[in-house]
Amino acid sequence: MAYPQYRYTPQHEWINAKGDTATIGITDYAQHELGDVVFVELPAVGAKLEKGKSLGSVESVKAVSDIYAPTSGQVIEANGELQNQPETINSDPHGAGWLVKIKLADPADLHTLMDAAAYEAYIAEKKEASA
Amino acid sequence: MPVRSVLSNEMSEKIKAASRHTSRNEHLIFEKSSPGKRAFDLPPLDVPAADPKRALGEFHRGEGVQGFPEVSEIEVIRHFTRLSTWNYAIDLGMYPLGSCTMKYNPRVNEFVARLAGLATEHPYQPQELSQGCLRILSLLEKCLLEITGMEAITLQPAAGAQGELTGLLLVRAFHQKNGNPRNKVLIPDSAHGTNPATVVIAGYEVENIKSNAEGQVDIGKLREQVNENVAALMLTNPSTLGIFEQQIPEIAEILHSKGALLYMDGANMNALTGVTRPGRMGVDVMHLNLHKTFSTPHGGGGPGAGPVAIKKFLEPFLPVPVLVEKPAGTFALDFHRKESIGRVRAFGGNFGVLVRALAYILAYGPEVRQATEDAVLNANYIRKQLEGVFDLPYTRPSMHEVVFSDAIQKRHGVNTMDIAKRLIDYGFHPYTTAFPLIVPGALMIEPTESESKEECDYFIDAMKSIAEEAEKQPELVKTAPHTTRVRRLDEVGAARKPILRWKSPEKVSGATG
Amino acid sequence: MRYLPKSPTEREQMLAAIGAESIDELFASVPEAYRLKEPLELPGPLSEAEVIQYFQARASENSAGYTSFLGAGIYAHLRSVVTDTILQRGEFLTSYTPYQAEMAQGTLQAIFEFQTLMCQLTGQEVANASMYDGSTATTEAVLMAERVTGRQRVLVARSVHPEYRDVLRTYAKNSGLHLVEVPFTPSGTVDLNAVQSLVNDDVCAVVVQSPNFFGAIEKLDGLADLARNAGALLVVAITEALSLGLLKPPREADIVAMEGQSFGLAPSYGGPFVGVIASREKYVRQMPGRLAGQTTDQEGRRGFVLTLATREQHIRREKATSNICTNQALCALAATVHLSLLGKAGIREMAAQNLAKAQFALQELEKVPGVKRGFSAPFFNEFVLELPRSVRLVNAELLKSKIIGPYVLGAAYPELTKHALVCVTETIPRSEIERFATELKMALEVPV
Repeated sequence: MAYPQYRYTPQHEWINAKGDTATIGITDYAQHELGDVVFVELPAVGAKLEKGKSLGSVESVKAVSDIYAPTSGQVIEANGELQNQPETINSDPHGAGWLVKIKLADPADLHTLMDAAAYEAYIAEKKEASA
Repeated sequence: MPVRSVLSNEMSEKIKAASRHTSRNEHLIFEKSSPGKRAFDLPPLDVPAADPKRALGEFHRGEGVQGFPEVSEIEVIRHFTRLSTWNYAIDLGMYPLGSCTMKYNPRVNEFVARLAGLATEHPYQPQELSQGCLRILSLLEKCLLEITGMEAITLQPAAGAQGELTGLLLVRAFHQKNGNPRNKVLIPDSAHGTNPATVVIAGYEVENIKSNAEGQVDIGKLREQVNENVAALMLTNPSTLGIFEQQIPEIAEILHSKGALLYMDGANMNALTGVTRPGRMGVDVMHLNLHKTFSTPHGGGGPGAGPVAIKKFLEPFLPVPVLVEKPAGTFALDFHRKESIGRVRAFGGNFGVLVRALAYILAYGPEVRQATEDAVLNANYIRKQLEGVFDLPYTRPSMHEVVFSDAIQKRHGVNTMDIAKRLIDYGFHPYTTAFPLIVPGALMIEPTESESKEECDYFIDAMKSIAEEAEKQPELVKTAPHTTRVRRLDEVGAARKPILRWKSPEKVSGATG
Repeated sequence: MRYLPKSPTEREQMLAAIGAESIDELFASVPEAYRLKEPLELPGPLSEAEVIQYFQARASENSAGYTSFLGAGIYAHLRSVVTDTILQRGEFLTSYTPYQAEMAQGTLQAIFEFQTLMCQLTGQEVANASMYDGSTATTEAVLMAERVTGRQRVLVARSVHPEYRDVLRTYAKNSGLHLVEVPFTPSGTVDLNAVQSLVNDDVCAVVVQSPNFFGAIEKLDGLADLARNAGALLVVAITEALSLGLLKPPREADIVAMEGQSFGLAPSYGGPFVGVIASREKYVRQMPGRLAGQTTDQEGRRGFVLTLATREQHIRREKATSNICTNQALCALAATVHLSLLGKAGIREMAAQNLAKAQFALQELEKVPGVKRGFSAPFFNEFVLELPRSVRLVNAELLKSKIIGPYVLGAAYPELTKHALVCVTETIPRSEIERFATELKMALEVPV
């Protein structure tokens, strides 16, 4: 698939910034690996996130994946819809399946992350390696 | 004639329905209840009845327990008998589950555990009236020490995981006494999930140690990682790949040189009993799973028992009470152990399980080595027949279990889960899938000594047939099982919207209850 | 050997198929220095008859012929033979943990029924598939409260079973939990004023037992309010599960940790028993152990699966809610069958018989000169007596008359020097209760 023009981490999170706020989610690759999502654990509004540290987790029936903050910031909104409809992460991982919205500590930090093309190359390599 | 044909249509529908009902559609016991039915009568009260309102006041439960079953004895018998027919069991056939050691559960064990005079005893009764129980415990201790080559033992832990915890608490107590409790425990990446979970409960940090290319402990890495912060290495031997850790003397030496201890997870003792003894390999502390190696029944998930055997230097820290033999030949429980880690559970241990384990050992005596040999023979026989049919990621000799991978079948889009589900159609319980973690797409097979050559051959034929199906009719395998009463249950729905109990209709509609 | 389905010929055939000369070749990976040259020194091999003989001999060396008034966490109750009939079915006895749901619907449905029964009894919303026993269930309940609240102080009533507190202490030592003991009042129940002064926003759990170790029933609403106002959870331990047949369920509790031994499990010198954890639905993801959930298969049929497994060790590993793997499934089945047999009316009647026998016993024992009731709180089937002399000495006398006397409280409660915990269940005939009173009177008259 063509990945949207977000920024991406090697742990398969995406981040989409607008000014000094950004939305974070997990990628289509990640939701595919995980399988049907049954439960999502998200941080509370106001929680401080540290780049690289776990901000919550996504669970399928047989696995749990930690979600790591792509950059530092503070949570301003968490996607409450996912409590009742965790499957949205599977059906629309880059859109309605967003996890949290944050106020960025350092908007410039996002340039250190992969862009869509780099991420697509990264996962293509991964798929080849495991084939 | 018209009447006859009408009747015969109705009858054939009814007969169809009837033949589908008895074992197939059993409801919940609550759904079979109706007020006033009783399944059990008590003897009449021989003292004056007490007025519960007077005796209990505000604590009195005014009505009966809402929704509680109300059925007759025959309905209880039928209900649970029907449920039982939906289960697979060792009594029906093989469970090739790796590291579970699903061996025959001898029936005499059930008989002796239920004897009046054993099943009836209370652990708080005077010790002079419990000598029979204490003698059983003492003999079991002696036998397990002989089998393991260790020097002291506790029978208290209720299961393997609790044994692991007890063992680690002993390790901690030892290090604490020496001035530094240390903060890490090394766990191989092939370890069973209870190992890291237990480490955390024991107050330690998990540090993973990668296996080498042969699935064994990487000695080089071990040397790097062991330091004065490491309390112990938790080693399963044979490993979860069924392979003997040949370098165990070096492993012990590296650990001991830095003051760390060697913990052995004894889940795979079925490969070692009577052939070798962990005590001679430098193991300081280990647990046993009586519901694996020592034949006590799994019962759908327990009870088990997880005795912990140790070297003498750890003895002061054993959980209380400790069984001691008095000069007169009687036995007593010693509760006054200043350095004990305390209790890991109330009362003694799972005595009923311990009785069964002792019965198993007594039945075999020194010939228990034959069981080990047959277990290893079966595993190797299966390995030989399936090598080439399934990918074998680690080629070192297998002991009592063998681990294949689904690499060959993956080429046709069939993975280990699919193969496992298809195996059900052939009348077997699946082997262990997706474990150990170091083998992607693992098929972990442990036949145990309880399988005859005939049973092994059936299993081999089934696996070969499935491998062929994977190649020629992958869809058949991927949509298995086809012959079970329920098929491909929705686990996702069960996790998203958990329904964990039955609710009476009044309860559901919001009325009282 | 009768458990091994191989003939010598078959062993040879299999070795040949493998390409090995002897079985020893298959053990070549065990270093020579470690291989045993001699057979183990073990008793046996014994035939079936000899195995039975051995254990019958041991059974005769215990307390046969004695009448016991011991309770203190393990209770002698009537059990139907039907329970063992079901338990002994190979499909239940020799079945594995129900990870493969299609092949274990029997076990899974029975677990679902067990979970339901435990909820009905305790008034809680969700219960798990069992813990090892009441003592570890109580400890796990506290660890659960720690996870839910993020706090580390625990208030534990002294009137909770001493061994349950010992277990909690062992687990707490290594987890940073800080245990604070709460005294009991002269009536035998937990001191509410003490709880009030000790509870604060560092406390994750207030732990009480009801009926408590002295047999006294605790008032839970006041305790629940105190806990809730401080943001702590109320954990209620129950050792005598039969009490729920006649007592109000502990709905005020946030977590109930119960011992289910009274439901169809013999005392068996201490185990195996069945622990229960029951709590509110909102805490279910913090609950340890297995859970069976209802679902449907692809044809819409109702079925059951183990669910919410991501809490457990085989998936979460070091982040698991507990390390528990094997639990007490067969014992939970025993409880399920037993309760199905007793049913709504039966459990009430059995509980009522216990109440009656205990009341009668107290009445008879209070007639004995010098014997006083120890605590004034209402009780179910256990109560405390205060004797005019050492309970140990009295019990030594009673033994001569084949009576196993009440539990000596002085060991665990040094200030209760002459106090004894008497338990009377439906299994003790009136004549034995009367004999106990008579023998007690005579024991107290023996010159010291």
